[in-house]
Amino acid sequence: MYDVVIIGAGITGSFIAHELSKYQLQIAVIDKNADVANGATMANSAIVHSGHDPKPGTLKAKLNVRGNEMYERICKDLGVQFQRTSAFVAATSEEERRTLDLLYQQSLDRKIPVQYLTREEALQKEPNLSDEVQYVLELPTTGIIYPWEVTIALMEEAVLNGVELHLEELVEDVRPMENHPQSKDHRENYVQEMMDGRAKDMCYDIKTDKGSYQTRFVINAAGVYGDKIYQMVATQTNRDKFHISPRKGEYFVLDKLREPLVSRVIYPVPSAAGKGVLVVPTTHGNILLGPNSQVIQDKEGINNTSDALNYVKREVSKTVKNIPMDKIIRTFAGLRPTGDTGDFVIEEATDAPQFINVACIESPGLASAPAIAEYVMDTILADKLTLIEKKEYQRRTPILDPKKLSREERHALVQNNPQYGKIVCRCEQVTEGEILDAIHRPVGATTVKGVKKRVRPGMGRCQGGFCEPLVVDILARELGISPVEVRLDGADSVMLTEMTDAENQI
Amino acid sequence: MERVETKIKEYGHMDDNNSQVGYSFEREKNNMDNADNIDKKKVELVIIGGGSAGLAAAVSAYENGCRDILIMERDQELGGILLQCIHNGFGLHMFGEELSGPAYAEKWIRMLQETSITYKVNTMVTHLYADRTVEYVNQEEGYVQIQATAVVLAMGCRERTRGAIAIPGYRPSGVWTAGTAQRYLNMEGYMVGKRVFILGSGDIGMIMARRMTLEGAKVLGVAEVMPYSNGLPRNRKQCLEDFDIPLFLSHTVVDIQGKDRMTGLTIAQVDDKMQPISGTEQTFDADTLLLSVGLIPENGLSEEAEIQLHPRTRGAIVNECLETSVEGIFACGNVLHVHDLVDFVSNEGKKAGLYASRYIQGKLNQGETFRVDAGDGIGYVMPQKVLMDVPEDKIEFMFRVRNNCKNSTLQILGDGKVLKTIKKPHMAPAEMEKVTLKKEELMGIREQLLIKVCDPSINE
Repeated sequence: MYDVVIIGAGITGSFIAHELSKYQLQIAVIDKNADVANGATMANSAIVHSGHDPKPGTLKAKLNVRGNEMYERICKDLGVQFQRTSAFVAATSEEERRTLDLLYQQSLDRKIPVQYLTREEALQKEPNLSDEVQYVLELPTTGIIYPWEVTIALMEEAVLNGVELHLEELVEDVRPMENHPQSKDHRENYVQEMMDGRAKDMCYDIKTDKGSYQTRFVINAAGVYGDKIYQMVATQTNRDKFHISPRKGEYFVLDKLREPLVSRVIYPVPSAAGKGVLVVPTTHGNILLGPNSQVIQDKEGINNTSDALNYVKREVSKTVKNIPMDKIIRTFAGLRPTGDTGDFVIEEATDAPQFINVACIESPGLASAPAIAEYVMDTILADKLTLIEKKEYQRRTPILDPKKLSREERHALVQNNPQYGKIVCRCEQVTEGEILDAIHRPVGATTVKGVKKRVRPGMGRCQGGFCEPLVVDILARELGISPVEVRLDGADSVMLTEMTDAENQI
Repeated sequence: MERVETKIKEYGHMDDNNSQVGYSFEREKNNMDNADNIDKKKVELVIIGGGSAGLAAAVSAYENGCRDILIMERDQELGGILLQCIHNGFGLHMFGEELSGPAYAEKWIRMLQETSITYKVNTMVTHLYADRTVEYVNQEEGYVQIQATAVVLAMGCRERTRGAIAIPGYRPSGVWTAGTAQRYLNMEGYMVGKRVFILGSGDIGMIMARRMTLEGAKVLGVAEVMPYSNGLPRNRKQCLEDFDIPLFLSHTVVDIQGKDRMTGLTIAQVDDKMQPISGTEQTFDADTLLLSVGLIPENGLSEEAEIQLHPRTRGAIVNECLETSVEGIFACGNVLHVHDLVDFVSNEGKKAGLYASRYIQGKLNQGETFRVDAGDGIGYVMPQKVLMDVPEDKIEFMFRVRNNCKNSTLQILGDGKVLKTIKKPHMAPAEMEKVTLKKEELMGIREQLLIKVCDPSINE
């Protein structure tokens, strides 16, 4: 029997797992994907927004502001990157200026540092602002993270401290356990007894395609599938309490540039459709252009479309000029788990005691994630779970990145461990030593994409053209499998087939 | 082929006698502080890249008297991309015979082994500075900085990727650049798929169409966004037509399906602005898409050394000695501009080796230059500048036209005056053109040499 099972190993589920791993509890995390951070956390703008934008009175506003306060410390403790880059909101007309005024006031109300800049002052800081930009609001607390790194690090530390991680398991059903000693035959009775106080504890049975889990608490952090997971336990009348329609966002990635295009996040003035198309520096010196915003039905619909990509190209030029489109190295698309309530849904289900929805975590979900975990702990779990801190808590050791060492230190590293002297990926200068580290640590990489997410071979301008065969080779060797079994990502994403004997003779 | 040693191997001596270097380092001021201020081992000539260009540069520098030569190769053996090109067709110009890629490389490696040229394999150059400090790393030595008197850039090129051309659709496994698939097949011994579609009619794409077919895959078609084929005519004949592989001109891939492994793709015809025409879509149940959509000179190191690059070739801007904008650094082969034939790469490598050794010997001609520009109908011309006093007897200019041209006239102008007109029955962007001009034709030019196609509007 588990105390808590978390469905979803994105950044929200990982923050919650990490928080719970500090206590003497039995915890499991289940995710249908081959790796953590493979859904909404996989593809987004990677920004820790200041919290200036969400509507007043929402959880989004409250948790975004709090999340921004929390991130720097957490990233430091985890040994992962956080850069407080600052951000501009760039207005191009008097009408947009009025929205800036609103954001300015909203920021003051939330005690978020904020200032107006004249066009000239703004150009001093960001020379590539477009000629149309007239007014700029600067939000200096805005930061950027590497979402995969944060999520993987959180889960790694959780696993080091006893959390079980079950990847590639699809949750098929969640229901109150029928033969639980406290349960009657009927679901409603059991739930009613809990609510009346006659029954003292719940027990859920989670069925997956590979097995089942009995747990007292369920945390639904299933991203775009949050509504589907909740519907497994919801009563008929509550089934429609919230729906999630993915909102797709598409992006371009620019190569590392000799001269930075921008060094801050550049937002246009927000509209009903969201924060608009941004120009975002990344923690590794690339630039993201995007996203657009399009409601779709397919919860796996992460395909790029030429319409959206063309739209992104047009829109970014409103705020930034001199964008070197010939430096595009990649496109991608991500899905925001957008609910129909207008806000995050973070609450114990009224019709399913001890089943906690952490759902509809769309933007600013990434920025809010640590605060979401804190909120779940403080306002929901603290009263219901007995939280006894573990006596010894193990911290992870960050993945050693030779690029962050001085030349002498790097040299000494190679002398000690020659695998750090073999550069596998030229574009990102990734050594075999780093790849082995990424594979062999807890929550290690098992796929080409997993290696890429952890230590970045294939993230550069040649997109793995030279290093992918080497990465496949290393994965096969280290996992003790054949190269034909090595996958890009999901179960059916194999890459290679053997040549037949006859073929081999040619 | 016979494999060369795969561990680090140093032939000959590596003395620190630098009697000739007094002339160089003081002259070079920029970017000095980037290199560590440590005692660096000195090497006369460092060649970055042990492929066809680098090998030829090394052999030629040796033949021209340079004795302290070091090649840096990131792979485990010399030869570069030649090693995965197991088809025939290399060496007709250079050796008068048709060789496979590995056999062609082997010829050069043997020449090299008869010299005292040294090389390091499994060695990545991590930094290049304008003062010709080269930093490299390998497992045996760790991170090392050396001071080169001259450097030859021979890093080759990379393939343009799916991301760079922003093909819409899902991003499953099954989409590769043709060269990567070629490496899997010819070097590692694995097939990347069974039902293959190819985007781009570049040479590698067409060669892979044949190769995959011979290995039992079904190649469903080749789409080319341009209205003409983009590779050598002989490849179109031998690799596509002979195997009944359809070529869809003026078509591109507009969608990729499949969430884990690719399950299909859609192509569509494009209009004259390269935009897909709605209603012309065709879908193929391919599990693999190979891309042969262009090669890009790999100039990351050059940029770091603040070498000026040409926007069109995306390689260094050089003079007729193949010297870049940074003194003592030369470039050749596909890192300079993308070639069609390896024989021409080797020739260029030989030139770079010659001029680099002259530089080391203090005998390289230097001075004021005039520009060499691409006029109407011309994509680029290389070299992009020429020494004004034209010390060479003749200079070979390489260029590409922008469109297919039939029965057109090339015009070569010096400072606006027509120097020469040449009738050309046929020119195509896929085929590099050359024109050689004599010293006396070039003498007196002060500003600009211009090559253009007369009346390019009549071109096909």
